[in-house]
Amino acid sequence: MTLERFPIEAGHVMLFARSIGDPNPIYRDDEYAGASEVGAIIAPPTFVQAGAQFDDSYPLRPKIGVPWFGSGRAPTSAPRESRPGGGSGGGGGTGLHAEQHYLYHRALRVGDVLTATSRPGERWEKEGRRAGRLLFSETITEFRDQNGELVVTARAVGVRTERVVEA
Amino acid sequence: MALSASKLQVGQTFSAVVVEDLSRTQIVQYAGASGDYNPLHTDETFATEVTGYPSVFAHGMLTMGMTGRMVTDLVGDGRLQSFGGRFLSQVWPGDDLTTTASIDAIHGEAGGPVVELSLRTVNQDGMQVFTGYATSRVDP
Repeated sequence: MTLERFPIEAGHVMLFARSIGDPNPIYRDDEYAGASEVGAIIAPPTFVQAGAQFDDSYPLRPKIGVPWFGSGRAPTSAPRESRPGGGSGGGGGTGLHAEQHYLYHRALRVGDVLTATSRPGERWEKEGRRAGRLLFSETITEFRDQNGELVVTARAVGVRTERVVEA
Repeated sequence: MALSASKLQVGQTFSAVVVEDLSRTQIVQYAGASGDYNPLHTDETFATEVTGYPSVFAHGMLTMGMTGRMVTDLVGDGRLQSFGGRFLSQVWPGDDLTTTASIDAIHGEAGGPVVELSLRTVNQDGMQVFTGYATSRVDP
């Protein structure tokens, strides 16, 4: 993933905080935040994940004029090979998100404008009990501010399974 | 409110309920805010008929986000140095989740004391859905 411009916007931060059930005014109230230790509205610790909104090539968002693989008239509108599948930030393919790690270099504030670049990390394999062979892969993403300073380093681990795991 | 190192002890634990009866709508709300609209999380028809799961399920990052809320409520705003963990089991609509943070270590650093926490989020059956860690600056 490469993000050329990920602006940290007040409305987006408020909606994200709501979606994780966090009523803390530090994520929406200018006056409260201004008088606090951090001095400004900040973003919740997992907010950089929402940088996906600013990634043109992100496969898990419907795009105008492009067929979506979710249900419409039929349960899916795409053949299996062309579905981006799982991989909520972790892997991609038919994968799932296995781990997520963040290092915070400073608090992320509304008004910051980030860029991000990702690079692949380690890859490894494991034999799963129920899902067959498990293929793990790491992605490291550095989020930098408008001055080129590192704000958050994210490390995601995605896993691809051979079979759907029955509940 | 930030934590004060002088009032903390290694082994101390803190718990909070982070969601009760998780709704499909909250999962969709998270999809909209995060930008991850994977139909595995947002589309019951796709999740059950195409992939064979019993229903849609929450994004791992929604569970981590709710866990993070418990942590920032505990340590204070803008104080985290690291936060991470593993997604161990799926979180389904209707689940209740509780996060427990335990103090593993408290140590002094140039910028002030730092607390190391281990984190565990479990569902209503006591099954672990997320385990991880956080480190945070605290007051002296």
